Amino acid sequence: MALLQVDRLELPGLKPIRFHLDPGQCLAVMGPSGCGKTLLLRAIADLDPNQAEISLDGASRGSCTAPEWRRRVTYVPSESGWWSSTVQGHFRSWPPASLSRLGLNAAFGPRLVGELSTGERQRLALLRSLEHGPRVLLLDEITSGLDTDATHAVEELVADLRTRDVGVLWVTHDAEQARRVAPRKLSISNGEVIEEPLA
Amino acid sequence: MTTIPIDTTDLLLAASLVLINGGLSLFLQLGLTGQIVAAALRMVVQLVLVGWVLAALFTSGSPWATAAVALAMVLFAGREILARQDRRLKGWWSYGLGTVCMLLASTLVTLYALGTQLRPEPWYDPRYSLPLMGMVLGNTMTGISLGLHGLTTGLSREKLAVEAQLALGATRFEAARPVIRSALRSGLMPIINSMAAAGIVSIPGMMTGQILAGADPILAARYQMLILFLIAGGTALGSVSAVFGGVWRLTDERHRLRLDRLS
Repeated sequence: MALLQVDRLELPGLKPIRFHLDPGQCLAVMGPSGCGKTLLLRAIADLDPNQAEISLDGASRGSCTAPEWRRRVTYVPSESGWWSSTVQGHFRSWPPASLSRLGLNAAFGPRLVGELSTGERQRLALLRSLEHGPRVLLLDEITSGLDTDATHAVEELVADLRTRDVGVLWVTHDAEQARRVAPRKLSISNGEVIEEPLA
Repeated sequence: MTTIPIDTTDLLLAASLVLINGGLSLFLQLGLTGQIVAAALRMVVQLVLVGWVLAALFTSGSPWATAAVALAMVLFAGREILARQDRRLKGWWSYGLGTVCMLLASTLVTLYALGTQLRPEPWYDPRYSLPLMGMVLGNTMTGISLGLHGLTTGLSREKLAVEAQLALGATRFEAARPVIRSALRSGLMPIINSMAAAGIVSIPGMMTGQILAGADPILAARYQMLILFLIAGGTALGSVSAVFGGVWRLTDERHRLRLDRLS
């Protein structure tokens, strides 16, 4: 059974979208700027109104509350929001698992979010999204502000999650990164979303 | 009780101060002369009219006429709330939310005061019910205006933070909690300041009016306390219901942030 099944998803300017994600699979999502990649992830996370038949482990999205759905199918934007002044105010327990794997440490806890670099915020946003143990991660250019080492650390962390059957949709403009993280991609062009192997 | 009568000459002498305001505005090029004159004229016309209406109403004592005037006051106050919003809710909600919350809060508080503390005979006596409702309404209006303004601007400004919480599985009210808290602080701060300053920084308007009209200062102070308690209750009730109603409208049943429902 597919982990995530997306059927008849309608987005502005795109033909109805259909694809599925198996447990532990990663699909890169690629296409020119403004083609609808972010809208696709937000629609799957149910953050924008949309018409679709979407299910997780065979259970339809409508059968659970939206907060429950988003704890299982979690969207991580390239620029995340912060609602507390300190870093640890955004975590249920501090420090989170895997903090050191991403080049961060427990001393970040009391630091002010406004003093962090873009890359530090992106890594913390990813760690924050793992607290509920999501089944599917919707990653939207989450390494755009990272250097090479940090990018590889994030990719390795996500690869580990995949070994635990977490499915991943990963929006990236970097073809090299797409090839490293996923054997196949969802390509958005000319109003169509097509699943194809990465060259 | 003795009241010193005020005639037209006395009022004209007082109005000369407004002319000084206008002159200062011209001299300092503040561009406020027109607004000062218009506001002063509007105030005179409104108060003359309300004086006549109240005089007629007190004579007739009709419950229906009293209810109609109270309703008109609420509807006008609803327009004022609408005018004070930078970003308004779309459609009927823009006028309806503030007006309905104000109607509920001011009516409940006024009926409570009439039924348990003042107990006039008959219970709806316009001499008590309308001034009471007017004072509660004016302050509730301010609280609701500030609360809704804080909510709509706060949700727009904190969109990323609210959506980050929603994306992590928070409910709409959990995600909006920091904005709700800030909006309610804005809405309730004026009445908190009024209560804290009453009697020390200023003698409140109603108490001043009663004392000038010849009332015992002790009784005037008691009336002022009563009114401030009622205003605090009405403002809290109105602000809380309007802000939570606003969150309800600016999110949907799937806990999504719906800023597209703002103009």
